[in-house]
Amino acid sequence: MTPGPAVVSVRDVSKTYSNGTLALDRLSLDVESRELVSLLGPSGCGKSTLLRLIAGLAEPSGGRIDWSDPAAPRRLGFVFQEPTLMPWARVEDNVRLPLMLAGTSRSESAERVGEAIAHVGLEGFERAYPRELSGGMRMRVSIARALVTQPSVLLMDEPFAALDEITRFRLETDLAELHQRRGLTVVFVTHSVFESVYLGTRVVVLAPRPGRVVASRRIEGPTPRVEAFRTSAAYLDACRDVSALLSTGAPR
Amino acid sequence: MPRRLGAPVNGCSPLRDRILAPALIGLVALGAWEGLVRWQNIPPYILPGPILIARTVVTDWGTLFPSLLVTLAITGAAFLVSAVLGLILAVLFTQSAWIERAFFPYAVILQVTPLVAIAPLIILWVKWIPLALLICAWLVAFFPVLSNTVLGLTSTDRNLVDLFRLYGATRWQALRYLRLPAALPYFLGGLRISGGLALIGAVVAEFVAGTGGAQSGLAFRILEAGYQLQIPRMFAAVFMISAAGVLIFALLTGLSRLALHRWHESELDTEG
Repeated sequence: MTPGPAVVSVRDVSKTYSNGTLALDRLSLDVESRELVSLLGPSGCGKSTLLRLIAGLAEPSGGRIDWSDPAAPRRLGFVFQEPTLMPWARVEDNVRLPLMLAGTSRSESAERVGEAIAHVGLEGFERAYPRELSGGMRMRVSIARALVTQPSVLLMDEPFAALDEITRFRLETDLAELHQRRGLTVVFVTHSVFESVYLGTRVVVLAPRPGRVVASRRIEGPTPRVEAFRTSAAYLDACRDVSALLSTGAPR
Repeated sequence: MPRRLGAPVNGCSPLRDRILAPALIGLVALGAWEGLVRWQNIPPYILPGPILIARTVVTDWGTLFPSLLVTLAITGAAFLVSAVLGLILAVLFTQSAWIERAFFPYAVILQVTPLVAIAPLIILWVKWIPLALLICAWLVAFFPVLSNTVLGLTSTDRNLVDLFRLYGATRWQALRYLRLPAALPYFLGGLRISGGLALIGAVVAEFVAGTGGAQSGLAFRILEAGYQLQIPRMFAAVFMISAAGVLIFALLTGLSRLALHRWHESELDTEG
């Protein structure tokens, strides 16, 4: 898979919180079409803030964010750190939410809801309530909801951070496969070196206070990712590199 | 492996213990009461025994039950008005910070002013007694619904609010599909408090009004029995008010359970 032109370019974006903290300082980043870019950094480096700015959930204090397709911002999927499901709604209604808010009727959306649920392997759980599901399954519902609008861009904010390692590994592999099959562009925020390297076709390392890009490194590996990649020499080399980049950025 | 969908959550609920334990305590207390009255020869105009009270409930049913219905009608009306107005006001408060700032202090003032102090005024101003009683009962019953629902409407999951924004939800959609369902447990909690308070408000107002005639509520029956030293009847009336209060609470608890048992923590049966 060859990455295409930039889907979204972040140009000299700064963000100052209302309390005066400078969260991002003139940060620039191009996200290329169909790449899975891992935004890696310690807590407080503003990586979640950057994702919210890209999603349009907050306004930058300076700089600009340009989309190659002006309609794209209205067609992106967002996955939060928590599953963020409506506890009173069944799985199918949670997944249907974006379509419902857009005014799509239940019958029109049925097929796409079913398809999105199938994509994350939750067939048979359409009528379940979130509390009846495990943490990993709830996150799958959250991903299905993000996919149901058939977005070209998926923004993910440490979605697997709260899951146990076994569940996380499975979801990572499934996400990599989904990224490949649907030709998605994914921006994946994480604080785990291993996760960033396993998932990312490219890892962008951020440094904190104020948040800025330290380095960007392409990751060569099988596409889609397979579990065997986790123990390969290429993977371990990349992890070592990225760790080193992370530590050069840390102290000032 | 998650549970089969739709399967009931509860294993064996200790229903027997939940009913048996308080029933046992109740029986022991009633027995002690009856024993004390008989052993000490306490005259019924000082303290009637539970058996005599029970008998009075039966013999005076023809007088007491219609009065109970009058009190319950006021209670029910005040409760419904509280529920509807509390909900509407709460929604208005959360839609506009200006409305909330302007009105909330007055809602608090209404709540903290003792009903017994203002009931005579209300009864003086509102000539039609049932309406005066309704206003009094509403005054005490509506605040819990309002404050609880405001709390519920404002404590929606921030991320869900963001999600709705991301997908371009209108204000109405966010209210209908997010804030109202999220506030439902709080609203129902408010109703549970409000139901009991509506009854108390109605009884207190009846005491203050002290009206006689065919349309008198149970509070008037208590006053009347007190004047006539018919103490067993007084106890019988008090018992009926308490029983009505318990019934109201049980009904509202059932309603809450019915509405929330599929998803809300407060109504989940404990497993295992």
